Amino acid sequence: MSTQARGGGSIQAQAGGHEWEIVVGLEVHAELATRTKLFSASPNSFEGDPNTNIDPVCLGLPGTLPVLNVQAVELAIRVCLALNSEVRPSEFARKNYFYPDMPKDYQISQYDKPIGVGGFLELPSGKKVGIVRAHIEEDTGKSTHVGGTGRIDGAEYSLVDYNRAGVPLLEIVSQPDLRSAAEAREYVSELRAVLLAVGASDGKMEEGSLRVDANVSVRRRGERLGTRCEIKNMNSLRSIGRGIEYEAKRQVALLSAGESVSQETRHWNESEGRTLTLRGKEEATDYRYFPEPDLVPLRPSSEWVESIRSALPELPRFRRARLAAAVGRDASSVALFVERNQDTLAIEAVAAGADPAAVLKHLEHNLSEGTGRLTAGAFAELIAMESKGELTSNQVKATLAEMAATGADLKSVLADADYQAVSSSRLSSVLDELVAENPVEWERYREGDSRERKKLQGFFTGKIMRLTKGQADGRAVAELLRKRAQV
Amino acid sequence: MSSEHRISIEDVAHVAKLARLHLSDEEILRFTTQLADVLDHASDIESLNTEEVEPTSHPYPLSNVFRSDDPGPTLSSEEALSQGPEVEDGQFRVPPILIRSQQSGAAAMRQ
Repeated sequence: MSTQARGGGSIQAQAGGHEWEIVVGLEVHAELATRTKLFSASPNSFEGDPNTNIDPVCLGLPGTLPVLNVQAVELAIRVCLALNSEVRPSEFARKNYFYPDMPKDYQISQYDKPIGVGGFLELPSGKKVGIVRAHIEEDTGKSTHVGGTGRIDGAEYSLVDYNRAGVPLLEIVSQPDLRSAAEAREYVSELRAVLLAVGASDGKMEEGSLRVDANVSVRRRGERLGTRCEIKNMNSLRSIGRGIEYEAKRQVALLSAGESVSQETRHWNESEGRTLTLRGKEEATDYRYFPEPDLVPLRPSSEWVESIRSALPELPRFRRARLAAAVGRDASSVALFVERNQDTLAIEAVAAGADPAAVLKHLEHNLSEGTGRLTAGAFAELIAMESKGELTSNQVKATLAEMAATGADLKSVLADADYQAVSSSRLSSVLDELVAENPVEWERYREGDSRERKKLQGFFTGKIMRLTKGQADGRAVAELLRKRAQV
Repeated sequence: MSSEHRISIEDVAHVAKLARLHLSDEEILRFTTQLADVLDHASDIESLNTEEVEPTSHPYPLSNVFRSDDPGPTLSSEEALSQGPEVEDGQFRVPPILIRSQQSGAAAMRQ
Protein backbone atom coordinates (compact mmCIF):
# COMPACT_ATOMS: atom_id res chain seq x y z
CA MET A 1 0.00 0.00 0.00
CA SER A 2 2.76 2.35 0.96
CA THR A 3 4.63 1.47 -2.24
CA GLN A 4 1.58 2.25 -4.27
CA ALA A 5 1.14 5.52 -2.49
CA ARG A 6 4.72 6.46 -3.14
CA GLY A 7 4.46 5.44 -6.78
CA GLY A 8 1.29 7.44 -7.15
CA GLY A 9 2.95 10.38 -5.50
CA SER A 10 5.86 10.37 -7.88
CA ILE A 11 3.62 10.22 -10.94
CA GLN A 12 1.68 13.08 -9.40
CA ALA A 13 4.91 14.99 -8.95
CA GLN A 14 5.88 14.43 -12.57
CA ALA A 15 2.53 15.40 -13.95
CA GLY A 16 2.35 18.34 -11.59
CA GLY A 17 6.06 18.94 -12.22
CA HIS A 18 5.04 21.00 -15.22
CA GLU A 19 6.00 20.56 -18.79
CA TRP A 20 9.49 21.93 -19.23
CA GLU A 21 10.52 23.63 -22.41
CA ILE A 22 14.12 23.92 -23.57
CA VAL A 23 15.11 27.25 -25.13
CA VAL A 24 18.28 27.33 -27.21
CA GLY A 25 20.07 30.00 -29.23
CA LEU A 26 23.26 29.16 -31.10
CA GLU A 27 26.42 31.05 -31.97
CA VAL A 28 28.16 29.42 -34.90
CA HIS A 29 31.70 30.35 -35.92
CA ALA A 30 32.45 29.34 -39.50
CA GLU A 31 35.93 29.60 -40.98
CA LEU A 32 35.63 31.29 -44.37
CA ALA A 33 37.14 29.40 -47.30
CA THR A 34 39.53 32.08 -48.52
CA ARG A 35 43.03 31.42 -49.82
CA THR A 36 44.63 33.88 -47.42
CA LYS A 37 44.03 35.32 -43.97
CA LEU A 38 41.53 38.06 -43.13
CA PHE A 39 44.02 40.92 -42.87
CA SER A 40 47.24 39.58 -44.38
CA ALA A 41 48.58 37.48 -47.26
CA SER A 42 49.79 34.31 -45.54
CA PRO A 43 47.86 31.17 -46.53
CA ASN A 44 44.61 30.27 -44.78
CA SER A 45 45.86 26.81 -43.88
CA PHE A 46 46.92 25.30 -40.59
CA GLU A 47 47.92 21.91 -41.79
CA GLY A 48 51.55 20.97 -41.53
CA ASP A 49 54.15 22.29 -39.14
CA PRO A 50 53.27 24.92 -36.54
CA ASN A 51 54.15 28.56 -37.24
CA THR A 52 54.71 28.11 -40.97
CA ASN A 53 51.74 30.09 -42.39
CA ILE A 54 52.47 33.32 -40.58
CA ASP A 55 53.45 36.89 -41.36
CA PRO A 56 54.21 40.10 -39.44
CA VAL A 57 50.53 41.20 -39.41
CA CYS A 58 49.03 38.05 -37.89
CA LEU A 59 51.89 37.97 -35.37
CA GLY A 60 51.03 41.52 -34.33
CA LEU A 61 54.58 42.77 -34.90
CA PRO A 62 55.04 46.52 -34.27
CA GLY A 63 54.35 48.80 -37.24
CA THR A 64 52.21 46.35 -39.17
CA LEU A 65 48.77 47.26 -40.47
CA PRO A 66 45.80 45.05 -41.39
CA VAL A 67 44.23 45.26 -44.88
CA LEU A 68 40.84 43.62 -45.38
CA ASN A 69 40.61 40.55 -47.66
CA VAL A 70 37.89 41.29 -50.24
CA GLN A 71 37.05 37.61 -50.70
CA ALA A 72 36.27 37.19 -46.98
CA VAL A 73 33.76 40.02 -47.34
CA GLU A 74 32.23 38.47 -50.45
CA LEU A 75 31.82 35.09 -48.71
CA ALA A 76 30.27 36.78 -45.67
CA ILE A 77 27.81 38.61 -47.93
CA ARG A 78 26.89 35.33 -49.65
CA VAL A 79 26.02 33.79 -46.27
CA CYS A 80 24.03 36.87 -45.21
CA LEU A 81 22.00 36.74 -48.42
CA ALA A 82 21.43 32.99 -48.09
CA LEU A 83 20.14 33.63 -44.54
CA ASN A 84 17.82 36.41 -45.74
CA SER A 85 19.80 38.92 -43.65
CA GLU A 86 20.19 42.58 -44.45
CA VAL A 87 23.75 43.45 -45.56
CA ARG A 88 24.62 46.68 -43.78
CA PRO A 89 27.50 49.14 -43.72
CA SER A 90 29.77 47.81 -40.99
CA GLU A 91 32.81 48.65 -38.94
CA PHE A 92 35.56 46.71 -37.24
CA ALA A 93 36.33 46.96 -33.53
CA ARG A 94 39.05 45.82 -31.16
CA LYS A 95 38.07 43.26 -28.59
CA ASN A 96 40.72 43.55 -25.90
CA TYR A 97 41.81 40.60 -23.81
CA PHE A 98 45.02 39.12 -22.52
CA TYR A 99 45.68 35.67 -23.78
CA PRO A 100 48.66 34.46 -25.79
CA ASP A 101 46.55 33.07 -28.66
CA MET A 102 46.26 36.67 -29.96
CA PRO A 103 49.68 38.26 -29.96
CA LYS A 104 48.26 41.79 -30.42
CA ASP A 105 46.34 41.38 -27.12
CA TYR A 106 43.17 42.16 -29.02
CA GLN A 107 41.08 40.43 -31.63
CA ILE A 108 39.72 42.41 -34.58
CA SER A 109 35.99 41.74 -34.72
CA GLN A 110 32.78 43.58 -35.47
CA TYR A 111 30.78 44.84 -32.52
CA ASP A 112 27.92 47.33 -32.75
CA LYS A 113 27.94 47.47 -36.55
CA PRO A 114 27.99 43.90 -37.90
CA ILE A 115 27.80 43.15 -41.61
CA GLY A 116 24.56 41.13 -41.40
CA VAL A 117 21.43 41.91 -39.39
CA GLY A 118 18.20 39.91 -39.10
CA GLY A 119 17.08 37.10 -41.39
CA PHE A 120 16.18 33.48 -40.84
CA LEU A 121 17.20 29.92 -41.63
CA GLU A 122 14.45 27.53 -42.73
CA LEU A 123 14.94 24.00 -41.38
CA PRO A 124 13.98 20.84 -43.31
CA SER A 125 10.99 20.61 -40.94
CA GLY A 126 9.75 23.94 -42.32
CA LYS A 127 10.46 25.86 -39.10
CA LYS A 128 12.04 29.27 -39.55
CA VAL A 129 14.77 30.08 -37.03
CA GLY A 130 15.49 33.79 -36.62
CA ILE A 131 19.00 35.16 -37.16
CA VAL A 132 20.11 38.04 -34.92
CA ARG A 133 23.32 39.00 -36.68
CA ALA A 134 26.40 37.85 -38.54
CA HIS A 135 29.80 39.45 -38.07
CA ILE A 136 33.30 39.03 -39.48
CA GLU A 137 36.27 38.47 -37.16
CA GLU A 138 39.73 36.96 -37.10
CA ASP A 139 40.43 33.54 -35.62
CA THR A 140 42.99 33.07 -32.85
CA GLY A 141 46.11 30.92 -32.66
CA LYS A 142 46.14 27.52 -31.07
CA SER A 143 47.67 26.83 -27.67
CA THR A 144 48.77 23.51 -26.23
CA HIS A 145 49.15 23.24 -22.48
CA VAL A 146 52.14 21.27 -21.23
CA GLY A 147 52.55 19.67 -17.83
CA GLY A 148 49.93 18.78 -15.22
CA THR A 149 46.92 17.14 -16.83
CA GLY A 150 47.41 18.86 -20.18
CA ARG A 151 44.60 21.26 -19.36
CA ILE A 152 45.05 24.98 -18.90
CA ASP A 153 44.78 24.82 -15.12
CA GLY A 154 47.84 23.35 -13.52
CA ALA A 155 49.90 23.47 -16.73
CA GLU A 156 53.60 24.31 -16.34
CA TYR A 157 53.67 26.30 -19.54
CA SER A 158 51.93 26.53 -22.93
CA LEU A 159 53.02 26.36 -26.56
CA VAL A 160 51.46 28.59 -29.20
CA ASP A 161 51.05 28.01 -32.93
CA TYR A 162 49.86 31.05 -34.91
CA ASN A 163 48.98 29.29 -38.18
CA ARG A 164 45.28 29.83 -37.38
CA ALA A 165 45.70 33.39 -36.10
CA GLY A 166 44.02 35.79 -38.50
CA VAL A 167 42.00 33.18 -40.41
CA PRO A 168 38.66 34.78 -41.36
CA LEU A 169 35.59 33.73 -39.37
CA LEU A 170 31.94 34.56 -39.71
CA GLU A 171 30.02 34.36 -36.43
CA ILE A 172 26.31 33.73 -36.97
CA VAL A 173 24.04 34.30 -33.97
CA SER A 174 20.55 32.81 -33.92
CA GLN A 175 17.49 33.95 -31.99
CA PRO A 176 16.60 31.71 -29.02
CA ASP A 177 14.08 30.00 -31.29
CA LEU A 178 15.21 26.39 -30.91
CA ARG A 179 13.15 24.18 -28.61
CA SER A 180 15.06 20.90 -28.33
CA ALA A 181 18.51 19.38 -28.68
CA ALA A 182 17.34 17.67 -31.86
CA GLU A 183 16.18 20.98 -33.31
CA ALA A 184 19.56 22.56 -32.46
CA ARG A 185 21.28 19.75 -34.35
CA GLU A 186 18.93 20.25 -37.27
CA TYR A 187 19.78 23.97 -37.31
CA VAL A 188 23.55 23.35 -37.32
CA SER A 189 23.22 20.70 -39.97
CA GLU A 190 21.15 22.98 -42.22
CA LEU A 191 23.40 25.98 -41.63
CA ARG A 192 26.36 23.81 -42.56
CA ALA A 193 24.59 22.74 -45.75
CA VAL A 194 24.00 26.40 -46.65
CA LEU A 195 27.64 27.33 -45.93
CA LEU A 196 28.79 24.47 -48.17
CA ALA A 197 26.30 25.31 -50.92
CA VAL A 198 27.40 28.93 -51.20
CA GLY A 199 31.07 27.92 -50.97
CA ALA A 200 31.66 29.99 -47.83
CA SER A 201 33.21 27.29 -45.65
CA ASP A 202 34.20 23.64 -45.77
CA GLY A 203 32.03 23.12 -42.67
CA LYS A 204 34.22 20.43 -41.10
CA MET A 205 33.19 20.35 -37.45
CA GLU A 206 35.76 17.78 -36.34
CA GLU A 207 38.54 19.95 -37.78
CA GLY A 208 37.17 23.07 -36.14
CA SER A 209 36.04 24.81 -39.34
CA LEU A 210 32.62 25.07 -37.73
CA ARG A 211 32.39 25.75 -33.99
CA VAL A 212 29.18 26.00 -32.06
CA ASP A 213 28.37 27.57 -28.69
CA ALA A 214 24.87 27.11 -27.28
CA ASN A 215 22.88 29.37 -24.98
CA VAL A 216 20.59 27.03 -23.09
CA SER A 217 17.78 27.79 -20.65
CA VAL A 218 14.64 25.99 -19.52
CA ARG A 219 11.23 27.26 -18.50
CA ARG A 220 7.86 25.93 -17.56
CA ARG A 221 5.71 26.18 -20.65
CA GLY A 222 4.16 29.60 -21.03
CA GLU A 223 6.51 31.29 -18.56
CA ARG A 224 9.10 33.90 -19.44
CA LEU A 225 12.67 32.97 -20.39
CA GLY A 226 14.79 31.35 -17.68
CA THR A 227 18.40 32.15 -16.79
CA ARG A 228 20.69 30.84 -19.52
CA CYS A 229 24.08 29.15 -19.52
CA GLU A 230 26.46 29.25 -22.44
CA ILE A 231 27.88 25.85 -23.37
CA LYS A 232 31.22 25.66 -25.18
CA ASN A 233 33.40 22.91 -26.61
CA MET A 234 30.80 20.83 -28.45
CA ASN A 235 32.82 19.59 -31.43
CA SER A 236 30.38 17.44 -33.37
CA LEU A 237 26.67 17.28 -34.16
CA ARG A 238 26.45 14.43 -31.70
CA SER A 239 28.06 16.35 -28.86
CA ILE A 240 25.82 19.35 -29.58
CA GLY A 241 22.83 17.07 -29.03
CA ARG A 242 24.31 15.46 -25.92
CA GLY A 243 25.60 18.72 -24.42
CA ILE A 244 22.29 20.57 -24.75
CA GLU A 245 20.34 17.56 -23.50
CA TYR A 246 22.57 17.25 -20.44
CA GLU A 247 22.49 20.96 -19.68
CA ALA A 248 18.69 21.16 -19.92
CA LYS A 249 18.34 18.20 -17.53
CA ARG A 250 20.78 19.80 -15.10
CA GLN A 251 18.78 23.04 -15.08
CA VAL A 252 15.42 21.25 -14.71
CA ALA A 253 16.82 19.29 -11.75
CA LEU A 254 18.01 22.50 -10.09
CA LEU A 255 14.73 24.33 -10.61
CA SER A 256 12.64 21.30 -9.62
CA ALA A 257 14.59 21.15 -6.36
CA GLY A 258 13.72 24.77 -5.70
CA GLU A 259 17.20 26.03 -6.49
CA SER A 260 18.11 28.51 -9.17
CA VAL A 261 20.30 28.44 -12.29
CA SER A 262 23.19 30.87 -12.18
CA GLN A 263 24.22 32.55 -15.39
CA GLU A 264 27.60 31.20 -16.39
CA THR A 265 29.76 29.77 -19.15
CA ARG A 266 30.09 26.00 -19.01
CA HIS A 267 32.44 23.60 -20.74
CA TRP A 268 31.11 20.38 -22.32
CA ASN A 269 33.28 17.43 -21.34
CA GLU A 270 32.71 14.84 -24.04
CA SER A 271 34.29 11.87 -22.24
CA GLU A 272 32.50 12.52 -18.94
CA GLY A 273 29.27 13.46 -20.71
CA ARG A 274 28.59 16.53 -18.61
CA THR A 275 29.03 20.30 -18.50
CA LEU A 276 31.30 21.98 -15.95
CA THR A 277 31.59 25.60 -14.85
CA LEU A 278 34.18 27.53 -16.84
CA ARG A 279 33.44 30.99 -15.48
CA GLY A 280 30.61 32.71 -13.68
CA LYS A 281 28.71 35.88 -14.50
CA GLU A 282 30.70 37.96 -12.03
CA GLU A 283 33.83 37.01 -13.96
CA ALA A 284 32.37 38.02 -17.32
CA THR A 285 34.99 40.00 -19.14
CA ASP A 286 34.89 43.65 -20.03
CA TYR A 287 36.45 43.57 -23.49
CA ARG A 288 36.72 47.37 -23.81
CA TYR A 289 35.55 47.29 -27.41
CA PHE A 290 36.42 50.37 -29.43
CA PRO A 291 36.49 51.13 -33.17
CA GLU A 292 39.56 49.68 -34.92
CA PRO A 293 41.56 52.76 -35.97
CA ASP A 294 43.63 50.80 -38.52
CA LEU A 295 40.63 49.84 -40.68
CA VAL A 296 38.19 52.07 -42.51
CA PRO A 297 34.45 51.36 -42.61
CA LEU A 298 33.11 48.62 -44.87
CA ARG A 299 30.23 49.80 -47.07
CA PRO A 300 29.34 47.17 -49.69
CA SER A 301 27.67 48.95 -52.62
CA SER A 302 24.22 47.77 -53.59
CA GLU A 303 25.62 46.85 -57.04
CA TRP A 304 28.16 44.55 -55.43
CA VAL A 305 25.58 42.97 -53.13
CA GLU A 306 23.15 42.45 -56.01
CA SER A 307 25.81 40.87 -58.22
CA ILE A 308 26.64 38.45 -55.40
CA ARG A 309 22.94 37.74 -54.94
CA SER A 310 22.42 36.98 -58.62
CA ALA A 311 25.38 34.57 -58.62
CA LEU A 312 24.16 32.63 -55.56
CA PRO A 313 23.60 28.94 -56.25
CA GLU A 314 20.27 27.27 -55.54
CA LEU A 315 19.98 26.69 -51.77
CA PRO A 316 19.80 23.19 -50.26
CA ARG A 317 16.14 23.36 -49.24
CA PHE A 318 15.03 24.10 -52.81
CA ARG A 319 17.33 21.41 -54.19
CA ARG A 320 15.98 18.87 -51.69
CA ALA A 321 12.43 19.70 -52.68
CA ARG A 322 13.17 19.22 -56.39
CA LEU A 323 14.99 15.92 -55.84
CA ALA A 324 12.31 14.64 -53.47
CA ALA A 325 9.64 15.32 -56.10
CA ALA A 326 11.70 13.57 -58.80
CA VAL A 327 12.31 10.39 -56.81
CA GLY A 328 9.03 10.28 -54.89
CA ARG A 329 10.51 10.56 -51.41
CA ASP A 330 10.15 13.19 -48.71
CA ALA A 331 12.60 16.08 -48.61
CA SER A 332 14.30 15.18 -45.34
CA SER A 333 15.31 11.71 -46.60
CA VAL A 334 17.24 13.02 -49.62
CA ALA A 335 19.46 15.52 -47.76
CA LEU A 336 22.55 13.32 -48.17
CA PHE A 337 22.39 13.46 -51.98
CA VAL A 338 22.09 17.24 -52.01
CA GLU A 339 24.99 17.50 -49.59
CA ARG A 340 27.09 15.35 -51.94
CA ASN A 341 25.99 17.35 -54.97
CA GLN A 342 24.46 14.24 -56.53
CA ASP A 343 20.97 15.69 -56.96
CA THR A 344 21.28 16.89 -60.55
CA LEU A 345 22.59 13.53 -61.74
CA ALA A 346 19.83 11.73 -59.84
CA ILE A 347 17.09 13.87 -61.35
CA GLU A 348 18.49 13.43 -64.86
CA ALA A 349 18.93 9.67 -64.47
CA VAL A 350 15.34 9.30 -63.31
CA ALA A 351 14.22 11.47 -66.22
CA ALA A 352 16.16 9.08 -68.53
CA GLY A 353 14.00 6.24 -67.22
CA ALA A 354 16.06 4.80 -64.38
CA ASP A 355 14.39 3.27 -61.32
CA PRO A 356 14.60 5.97 -58.57
CA ALA A 357 15.33 3.44 -55.81
CA ALA A 358 18.26 1.98 -57.77
CA VAL A 359 19.59 5.47 -58.57
CA LEU A 360 19.61 6.46 -54.90
CA LYS A 361 21.07 3.11 -53.82
CA HIS A 362 24.05 3.44 -56.17
CA LEU A 363 24.58 7.11 -55.34
CA GLU A 364 24.56 6.36 -51.64
CA HIS A 365 26.73 3.25 -51.59
CA ASN A 366 28.73 2.98 -54.81
CA LEU A 367 29.35 6.61 -55.67
CA SER A 368 30.04 8.00 -52.18
CA GLU A 369 33.43 9.25 -53.38
CA GLY A 370 31.78 11.36 -56.07
CA THR A 371 30.09 10.86 -59.43
CA GLY A 372 32.99 12.35 -61.39
CA ARG A 373 32.32 12.18 -65.13
CA LEU A 374 29.43 9.73 -64.96
CA THR A 375 26.61 10.80 -67.27
CA ALA A 376 22.94 10.38 -66.43
CA GLY A 377 22.29 8.44 -69.66
CA ALA A 378 24.99 5.84 -69.00
CA PHE A 379 23.89 5.60 -65.36
CA ALA A 380 20.30 4.86 -66.44
CA GLU A 381 21.39 2.28 -69.05
CA LEU A 382 23.56 0.47 -66.52
CA ILE A 383 20.71 0.31 -64.01
CA ALA A 384 18.48 -1.18 -66.72
CA MET A 385 21.06 -3.92 -67.43
CA GLU A 386 21.38 -4.67 -63.73
CA SER A 387 17.63 -5.00 -63.31
CA LYS A 388 17.54 -7.53 -66.19
CA GLY A 389 20.22 -9.59 -64.43
CA GLU A 390 22.79 -8.99 -67.14
CA LEU A 391 25.41 -7.76 -64.68
CA THR A 392 26.30 -8.71 -61.12
CA SER A 393 26.25 -6.08 -58.42
CA ASN A 394 30.05 -6.13 -58.27
CA GLN A 395 30.22 -5.58 -62.02
CA VAL A 396 27.82 -2.65 -61.74
CA LYS A 397 29.93 -1.20 -58.95
CA ALA A 398 33.17 -1.54 -60.92
CA THR A 399 31.55 -0.13 -64.06
CA LEU A 400 30.24 2.90 -62.15
CA ALA A 401 33.66 3.54 -60.67
CA GLU A 402 35.27 3.31 -64.10
CA MET A 403 32.75 5.62 -65.77
CA ALA A 404 33.02 8.13 -62.92
CA ALA A 405 36.80 8.14 -63.16
CA THR A 406 37.21 8.22 -66.95
CA GLY A 407 33.92 9.42 -68.39
CA ALA A 408 34.10 6.48 -70.82
CA ASP A 409 30.78 5.32 -72.29
CA LEU A 410 29.07 2.21 -70.99
CA LYS A 411 29.74 -0.03 -74.02
CA SER A 412 33.47 0.50 -74.03
CA VAL A 413 33.78 0.00 -70.27
CA LEU A 414 31.86 -3.28 -70.48
CA ALA A 415 33.86 -4.44 -73.51
CA ASP A 416 37.18 -3.62 -71.80
CA ALA A 417 36.18 -5.38 -68.63
CA ASP A 418 35.21 -8.51 -70.61
CA TYR A 419 32.47 -9.44 -68.20
CA GLN A 420 31.05 -11.97 -70.65
CA ALA A 421 34.23 -14.02 -70.42
CA VAL A 422 34.09 -14.09 -66.65
CA SER A 423 30.69 -15.61 -66.75
CA SER A 424 31.47 -18.34 -69.32
CA SER A 425 34.78 -19.40 -70.83
CA ARG A 426 37.05 -17.75 -68.30
CA LEU A 427 35.04 -19.10 -65.41
CA SER A 428 35.39 -22.57 -66.86
CA SER A 429 39.15 -22.32 -67.28
CA VAL A 430 39.54 -20.93 -63.77
CA LEU A 431 37.72 -24.01 -62.50
CA ASP A 432 39.98 -26.26 -64.59
CA GLU A 433 42.98 -24.83 -62.81
CA LEU A 434 41.41 -25.21 -59.40
CA VAL A 435 40.42 -28.82 -59.98
CA ALA A 436 43.98 -29.62 -61.09
CA GLU A 437 45.49 -27.87 -58.06
CA ASN A 438 43.06 -29.31 -55.51
CA PRO A 439 42.27 -32.90 -56.59
CA VAL A 440 41.54 -34.14 -53.03
CA GLU A 441 39.04 -31.36 -52.31
CA TRP A 442 37.42 -31.85 -55.70
CA GLU A 443 36.98 -35.54 -54.96
CA ARG A 444 35.43 -34.77 -51.58
CA TYR A 445 33.09 -32.31 -53.29
CA ARG A 446 31.97 -34.93 -55.81
CA GLU A 447 31.68 -37.88 -53.46
CA GLY A 448 30.85 -36.29 -50.10
CA ASP A 449 27.50 -36.13 -48.35
CA SER A 450 25.43 -33.00 -48.65
CA ARG A 451 27.12 -31.34 -45.67
CA GLU A 452 30.59 -32.08 -47.04
CA ARG A 453 29.53 -30.89 -50.49
CA LYS A 454 28.22 -27.63 -49.12
CA LYS A 455 31.49 -27.03 -47.32
CA LEU A 456 33.56 -27.73 -50.42
CA GLN A 457 31.28 -25.67 -52.62
CA GLY A 458 32.14 -22.73 -50.38
CA PHE A 459 35.82 -23.59 -50.72
CA PHE A 460 35.74 -23.56 -54.54
CA THR A 461 33.42 -20.57 -54.83
CA GLY A 462 35.73 -18.55 -52.59
CA LYS A 463 38.76 -19.42 -54.72
CA ILE A 464 36.94 -18.59 -57.97
CA MET A 465 35.84 -15.24 -56.58
CA ARG A 466 39.37 -14.44 -55.52
CA LEU A 467 40.80 -15.37 -58.94
CA THR A 468 38.15 -13.32 -60.76
CA LYS A 469 38.51 -10.44 -58.31
CA GLY A 470 34.94 -10.90 -57.21
CA GLN A 471 33.52 -10.27 -60.66
CA ALA A 472 32.09 -13.73 -61.24
CA ASP A 473 28.36 -14.14 -60.79
CA GLY A 474 27.58 -16.28 -57.73
CA ARG A 475 24.71 -18.12 -59.40
CA ALA A 476 26.78 -18.88 -62.51
CA VAL A 477 29.56 -20.29 -60.33
CA ALA A 478 27.17 -22.57 -58.43
CA GLU A 479 25.69 -23.77 -61.71
CA LEU A 480 29.12 -24.50 -63.20
CA LEU A 481 30.29 -26.43 -60.12
CA ARG A 482 27.17 -28.57 -60.14
CA LYS A 483 27.42 -29.33 -63.86
CA ARG A 484 31.12 -30.15 -63.76
CA ALA A 485 30.78 -32.48 -60.79
CA GLN A 486 27.57 -33.98 -62.15
CA VAL A 487 25.97 -33.83 -58.73
CA MET B 1 29.40 69.10 -17.02
CA SER B 2 32.33 69.69 -14.69
CA SER B 3 35.49 67.73 -15.19
CA GLU B 4 35.29 65.66 -12.00
CA HIS B 5 32.05 64.16 -13.29
CA ARG B 6 33.52 63.06 -16.60
CA ILE B 7 35.58 60.29 -15.09
CA SER B 8 35.81 58.98 -11.55
CA ILE B 9 38.69 57.52 -9.60
CA GLU B 10 36.80 54.22 -9.66
CA ASP B 11 36.59 54.35 -13.49
CA VAL B 12 40.33 54.87 -13.77
CA ALA B 13 41.11 52.11 -11.26
CA HIS B 14 38.80 49.74 -13.19
CA VAL B 15 40.30 50.53 -16.59
CA ALA B 16 43.82 50.20 -15.16
CA LYS B 17 42.93 46.78 -13.80
CA LEU B 18 41.51 45.67 -17.16
CA ALA B 19 44.70 46.89 -18.85
CA ARG B 20 46.83 45.06 -16.27
CA LEU B 21 48.42 48.36 -15.18
CA HIS B 22 49.55 48.41 -11.57
CA LEU B 23 48.99 52.00 -10.48
CA SER B 24 49.60 53.52 -7.07
CA ASP B 25 46.84 55.57 -5.41
CA GLU B 26 48.80 58.69 -6.21
CA GLU B 27 49.03 57.69 -9.90
CA ILE B 28 45.33 56.92 -10.09
CA LEU B 29 44.55 60.40 -8.75
CA ARG B 30 46.98 62.05 -11.18
CA PHE B 31 45.64 60.13 -14.20
CA THR B 32 42.05 60.83 -13.22
CA THR B 33 42.76 64.56 -13.38
CA GLN B 34 44.68 64.24 -16.65
CA LEU B 35 42.02 62.09 -18.31
CA ALA B 36 39.32 64.50 -17.15
CA ASP B 37 41.28 67.33 -18.82
CA VAL B 38 41.46 65.35 -22.07
CA LEU B 39 37.73 64.66 -21.93
CA ASP B 40 37.08 68.37 -21.22
CA HIS B 41 39.11 69.26 -24.28
CA ALA B 42 37.17 66.80 -26.42
CA SER B 43 33.92 68.14 -25.00
CA ASP B 44 34.57 71.45 -26.75
CA ILE B 45 32.85 69.80 -29.70
CA GLU B 46 29.62 69.91 -27.70
CA SER B 47 29.51 73.65 -28.30
CA LEU B 48 29.15 73.01 -32.04
CA ASN B 49 25.96 72.17 -33.85
CA THR B 50 26.60 68.64 -35.23
CA GLU B 51 23.02 67.82 -36.08
CA GLU B 52 23.79 67.50 -39.79
CA VAL B 53 27.01 65.53 -39.30
CA GLU B 54 26.95 61.77 -39.52
CA PRO B 55 28.74 59.95 -36.67
CA THR B 56 31.98 58.37 -37.78
CA SER B 57 34.49 56.05 -36.23
CA HIS B 58 37.22 57.26 -38.51
CA PRO B 59 38.73 60.62 -39.45
CA TYR B 60 39.35 59.79 -43.13
CA PRO B 61 36.67 59.98 -45.82
CA LEU B 62 37.52 56.46 -46.93
CA SER B 63 35.72 53.14 -46.99
CA ASN B 64 36.16 49.73 -48.65
CA VAL B 65 39.94 49.51 -48.63
CA PHE B 66 40.61 45.93 -49.72
CA ARG B 67 43.36 43.58 -50.72
CA SER B 68 42.83 40.74 -53.18
CA ASP B 69 42.84 37.19 -51.83
CA ASP B 70 46.29 36.34 -53.19
CA PRO B 71 48.92 34.61 -51.07
CA GLY B 72 51.99 36.74 -50.47
CA PRO B 73 55.29 36.30 -48.69
CA THR B 74 55.25 34.66 -45.29
CA LEU B 75 57.77 34.70 -42.51
CA SER B 76 59.78 31.54 -42.14
CA SER B 77 59.21 29.69 -38.92
CA GLU B 78 62.87 30.36 -37.96
CA GLU B 79 62.53 34.11 -38.53
CA ALA B 80 59.33 34.32 -36.53
CA LEU B 81 60.53 32.18 -33.66
CA SER B 82 63.80 34.15 -33.44
CA GLN B 83 61.71 36.93 -31.86
CA GLY B 84 60.33 34.66 -29.16
CA PRO B 85 62.02 34.75 -25.74
CA GLU B 86 61.36 31.02 -25.41
CA VAL B 87 60.78 28.46 -28.14
CA GLU B 88 60.01 24.75 -28.10
CA ASP B 89 59.13 22.32 -30.93
CA GLY B 90 58.62 25.07 -33.48
CA GLN B 91 56.24 26.92 -31.17
CA PHE B 92 56.33 29.96 -28.93
CA ARG B 93 56.65 28.89 -25.31
CA VAL B 94 54.71 31.08 -22.89
CA PRO B 95 54.48 31.11 -19.08
CA PRO B 96 51.53 29.36 -17.41
CA ILE B 97 48.36 31.21 -18.41
CA LEU B 98 46.57 30.55 -15.12
CA ILE B 99 48.28 31.26 -11.84
CA ARG B 100 46.73 29.18 -9.09
CA SER B 101 45.42 32.01 -6.92
CA GLN B 102 44.00 33.83 -9.95
CA GLN B 103 42.68 30.85 -11.85
CA SER B 104 39.07 31.87 -12.14
CA GLY B 105 39.93 35.48 -12.90
CA ALA B 106 42.41 34.63 -15.60
CA ALA B 107 40.08 32.07 -17.16
CA ALA B 108 37.61 34.90 -17.50
CA MET B 109 40.00 36.63 -19.84
CA ARG B 110 39.58 33.86 -22.38
CA GLN B 111 37.09 34.90 -25.01
